[in-house]
Amino acid sequence: MGLQNTVLPDDIRSLSTRMRRRIIEQSLESNVGHIGSALSITDILAVLWTEVMRNPGGDDPDRDRFILAKGHAALALYSILRERGQLSEEQFHTYCKDNTLLNAHPEYGLPSVEFATGSLGQGLSVGCGIAYGLRQRGSPGRVFVLVSDAECNEGQVWEAVMFAAHQRLKNLVAIVDLNGMQAMGSTKSILDLASLSNRFAAFGWQSIEVEGHEHAALQSAFHAGLVDPDRPTVFVARTALGKGVSFMENRLEWHYRNLTPALAQTALQEMEV
Amino acid sequence: MRSAFVDALCEEAARDERIFLITADLGWSVLERFATAFPARFLNVGVAEQNMLGVAAGLAREGYTPFVYSIATFASMRGYEQLRDGAALHQLPVRVVGIGGGFSYGHAGPTHHALEDLAIMRSQAGVTTLAPADSAQARRTLSVVADVPGPVYFRIEKEQLPDIPTLAGRFALDSPELVRTGKDVLYLTTGSISHTVLKVAEQLQKQGISAAVAIQAHLSFRSSQALCRLLSAYRRVISVEEGTTAGGLGSLAAETIAENGLATQLSIQGIRGFFSHGGSNEFLRSRHGLDPNALAKVAAQWSHSKEAA
Repeated sequence: MGLQNTVLPDDIRSLSTRMRRRIIEQSLESNVGHIGSALSITDILAVLWTEVMRNPGGDDPDRDRFILAKGHAALALYSILRERGQLSEEQFHTYCKDNTLLNAHPEYGLPSVEFATGSLGQGLSVGCGIAYGLRQRGSPGRVFVLVSDAECNEGQVWEAVMFAAHQRLKNLVAIVDLNGMQAMGSTKSILDLASLSNRFAAFGWQSIEVEGHEHAALQSAFHAGLVDPDRPTVFVARTALGKGVSFMENRLEWHYRNLTPALAQTALQEMEV
Repeated sequence: MRSAFVDALCEEAARDERIFLITADLGWSVLERFATAFPARFLNVGVAEQNMLGVAAGLAREGYTPFVYSIATFASMRGYEQLRDGAALHQLPVRVVGIGGGFSYGHAGPTHHALEDLAIMRSQAGVTTLAPADSAQARRTLSVVADVPGPVYFRIEKEQLPDIPTLAGRFALDSPELVRTGKDVLYLTTGSISHTVLKVAEQLQKQGISAAVAIQAHLSFRSSQALCRLLSAYRRVISVEEGTTAGGLGSLAAETIAENGLATQLSIQGIRGFFSHGGSNEFLRSRHGLDPNALAKVAAQWSHSKEAA
């Protein structure tokens, strides 16, 4: 299961399609849900991990760190790691099988996973601590934390948001996966956070809204926003749960539902490369 | 004891550049000396304990040894899941300092009474749970655990207490320290209530009962050989803790006795009742049977029943 440094794909569109296919195929093989959440962040990860972050997931002490605070979308993370050669094919297929390191939430011990997540609300605080530590020892490394919109229901997220602003952690970047859905309904109906972008801005962050499935838009937003920030930055990315599979898009049940072989085939047919 | 602890931490921090001190806005008039000596390694995160534990885990991930500081209730409980999923799961050297266990903050009322901190910390395999009995032992724990890779919880008494001469600052992981010899009964205790237990032993001496006292400052997750050896040397043991009896020192003693098939009889003294209203530390301890007279009675009654038998 040796890790190879594959050449980064130049075509992000085909990379994200391959990731989506992996998500569908592996969810079926392992009979595990959380598919909609993984598909919702696929394009963000494809851009971040190839175009934005420096040496992510390796052991360079000055690498950019990535924390998937919305841990339940782990399969999307494993897919990009596989595509980058940071996971072997054999390892990838152990997803949610006995004694695997590839669980439904990222587990500590898997190289490339900076911090285990799964309990919502904690990732941004850990990111704050890492960012503070990097700054303290003069490292250029940055920390990218991907949170979900519903995760912002957790009070701890706002403790971290205040802390990062007060400490001017300009090496901290949050990305909000604004798919508008949470476990039991729409975010609007359950706990409406109105404009998350405004809320972060009001707390002193540089706040940038972006279309979360448009690669070019994501690329230019990241590049423009991270040139020389003087404070922490959040990218509020408008996304759709289940993006890329017509019968899953914005459908609540695909937060949890598992696939059947027939449904998987239909989904894959929609994603011919 | 907290003042001595912060002094010792300053000394450690001068030697060990990994040490950070983080507070959730508590420790006025106590932490300033650290903040002044090491401004770049002092952090007040505001009244936000959950974030404090997360930030500490992140700093530890970058090679630092953060000490997080608060009143024992908040330090142990408000960020408990963050400690579990962060420092404990990743085995990172986060040190949680809980000030004033038990009824130390008596008059502050039940929200400030840390009764279950030791039990909940002890229930995690990855956390080293400590309740030193005096300042000298607290200092010693700091250097003994300096390189423990995972998190450590320190329950540190708020008030100044004299050092126990026969303890002489001794501390080793897992091990009880015998501070008074005796042949009729052993009192096994932990933390600052050890001082009361020593008074109990003196009182019993006058009644012709010879009581030994041992201090178990490390509430280990599993029973240890050292504790087993000590308990097996006594027919009767009374455990005394300023905390709930479920999960703490009495539980550790009971598990040790049961797992090793010891013939030792155990009486567990601690907090069994529900919350109390505020009151002085002395009043509240007495209310829960943790005053010298009540604790002495346990041994005296045993002693009578032995004579009757």
